[in-house]
Amino acid sequence: MDLAELHAIAERERARRKAVRVLCCTSSGCQASRSIELLHQLEAAVAASGQDETVGVASVGCMGFCGQGPMVRIEPANLIFERVRPEQAPEIIAALAGQPCGVERGDPNHPFFARQVHVVRRNGGNIDPERIEEYIAAGGYEVLYRVLHDLSPAEVIREITRSGLRGRGGAGYPTGLKWATVAKSPGERKFVVCNGDEGDPGAFMDRSILESDPHLVLEGMAIAAYAVGAHEGYLFVRGEYPLAIQRLTRAITQARKLGLLGSQIFETSFDFKVEIRVGAGAFVCGEETALIASIEGRRGQPRPRPPYPAEKGLWGFPTLINNVETFANIVPIIEHGADWYAAIGTEKSKGTKVFALTGKVRNTGLIEVPMGMTLREIVEDLGGGSPDGTPIKAVQTGGPSGGCIPARLFDTPVDYESLAAAGSIMGSGGMVVMDNHTSMVEIARFYMAFCMDESCGKCVPCRVGTVQMHRLLSKVAAGMATPADLEQLEQLCHLVRETSLCGLGQSAPNPVLSTLRYFREEYEALLRGEVDASTNGKP
Amino acid sequence: MSNRAPAESPARGSASAAIADNRQKLLEATMRRHQYRPDALIEVLHKAQELYGYLSPQLLASIAHSLHLPPSRVYGVATFYHFFSLAPQGEHTCTVCLGTACYVKGALEILSALEAETGLKAGHTSPDGRLSLLTARCLGACGIAPAVVLDGVVIGHADAETLRARLHALLAEAPVAP
Ligand SMILES: Cc1cc2nc3c(=O)[nH]c(=O)nc-3n(C[C@H](O)[C@H](O)[C@H](O)COP(=O)(O)O)c2cc1C
Ligand code: FES
Repeated sequence: MDLAELHAIAERERARRKAVRVLCCTSSGCQASRSIELLHQLEAAVAASGQDETVGVASVGCMGFCGQGPMVRIEPANLIFERVRPEQAPEIIAALAGQPCGVERGDPNHPFFARQVHVVRRNGGNIDPERIEEYIAAGGYEVLYRVLHDLSPAEVIREITRSGLRGRGGAGYPTGLKWATVAKSPGERKFVVCNGDEGDPGAFMDRSILESDPHLVLEGMAIAAYAVGAHEGYLFVRGEYPLAIQRLTRAITQARKLGLLGSQIFETSFDFKVEIRVGAGAFVCGEETALIASIEGRRGQPRPRPPYPAEKGLWGFPTLINNVETFANIVPIIEHGADWYAAIGTEKSKGTKVFALTGKVRNTGLIEVPMGMTLREIVEDLGGGSPDGTPIKAVQTGGPSGGCIPARLFDTPVDYESLAAAGSIMGSGGMVVMDNHTSMVEIARFYMAFCMDESCGKCVPCRVGTVQMHRLLSKVAAGMATPADLEQLEQLCHLVRETSLCGLGQSAPNPVLSTLRYFREEYEALLRGEVDASTNGKP
Repeated sequence: MSNRAPAESPARGSASAAIADNRQKLLEATMRRHQYRPDALIEVLHKAQELYGYLSPQLLASIAHSLHLPPSRVYGVATFYHFFSLAPQGEHTCTVCLGTACYVKGALEILSALEAETGLKAGHTSPDGRLSLLTARCLGACGIAPAVVLDGVVIGHADAETLRARLHALLAEAPVAP
């Protein structure tokens, strides 16, 4: 494979494309709303209306508006159809031939679409993720070619460092710095691992990226491998994501066949082999040392750091671990340059972030916005506010490791520092909107139950502490607690936070602490017996 | 988890024996592909569960033997991960997602309604082996919360009434012949 061949593939693909493209989302969200059936109906309708010369139907990845699926978009007119039923297919296709169409159209200028900035989701909903040709026609693998031929590993790392990219897995560690550490670490072998465990309940950004644009992640991993001197990679994906696993498997096979993965990529001396590892359902496996244990076929229990995986990772070799979205940012950064990337976002949080906007909000789905957008803009403008007029009370970010930010702080810009200052974290990108019907004590108890179940049991503070905190929260929720119980709960929070072995235990108290900070009156009302306990604290 | 094959039925007659044989061959092929490396244990367990529906003590013992691992290690891994089931699952499975988005949108009420309908507690299988009622910690279908998976098919914007009716209809069908 060389550049001319790559361009030839892109050329053939573009020539094959029809003037009008009917794009039907077949990602998990829309599949659950019968989009496969819809796809077939659209294809049949095109054939039946004799428009096959000019109109092509394509199965594409997630368009982001998953709550309104199945989604259909028509290019180049940029018409959007939401909640399309398979039986409406003929009407939509007939409209392309100029006939009136009764199917309700979505508004592409709605802030939900218009305010987004697509960097990692640029191909999402535009290309068929199961055909590498479409990725190549969108410029795919050209950056890898340029990197292998024109840039030294040090130059790649310098560019990533200059871009200001920080890890999207939650902690926000500077990606360039991590790459430089792995590059420096001596080792006979090195590994690149993509963390696609996405265990945070309420988050599906990584699932959507993997399902909609698997090659973007693979190309990013290959560039990372070149930069740090690795030749082997693993993609660790949650077992709960069968479609992502299927599409990735296919993507790897296709890339290998074209010589874009494997040995002597683009006829250089660079080799990179990737394998998929399917998770077996343990939240803690998202933690990097537990993830390594799991890839090695062991129980997914974390170990103390240092040594960090960058020095001693898989089988003791230097290992680069990055999140799916982190890898998805690599190609755009190299393609457009670090300065372009650094111009998006805030001073310390560069670029865009993908969020899964869910819960009590009108528009649910995936959004990619520049860092620094305020919570208010996200919830009210993009999200469209409350679906039924019930006032919105809070937004939860960061899942079981994060916290609830009350509505009065909705002018907080979404960046790593501001969210931390508000007592939550950026996390991986889950954003769950809660209204006045949601009891904050119940939410704290919900997350504690999660952490209690998911604690790996290795260290005592987490194993025992989560159980005790959950017991106390249940007591509060049932209206049986005393002020002494509340005091003990707070003490336990600090103890578990400071003494747990890994991030799971260290952050498990966060949902309690943040709800105590902003919604203490809900706890205290329950202590005074003011709220009917039989309604679980709901007003 | 959601798309598990129905439970292994006791081998009866030559047809079932042939299936059992074939499953063993497929499992053997997976282990061979991984060169019987101990670090392939989780991959092998995934395959075993896909083929047999659950991991019986005999199956775990034979995997331990093949991969040259102590049985305690294999058992330890199999029990650590939620995905692996050490007991047969029902012929039908119904999994209610209890992730945050689904929780906020009333998944708990759906679960209680289904528990009342089936007389099962979450995580259990009916004595006649027809249905397992399960829960999940986020299926990543939050955009269409609340989500329920019925025999491997995700149902978005789920509501208790419709689900109750669907379960009822499903259980009224004749059981799959062993
Ligand atoms: C309990 C726990 C769960 C985690 N889950 C994930 C996860 O699902 N996905 C992820 O990318 N990182 C997760 N992380 C963070 C990883 O340990 C690691 O920091 C990250 O994968 C590094 O990638 P990044 O620098 O690109 O963010 C988790 C951490 C902890 C403590
Ligand atoms: S799954 Fe179809 S728009 Fe997200």
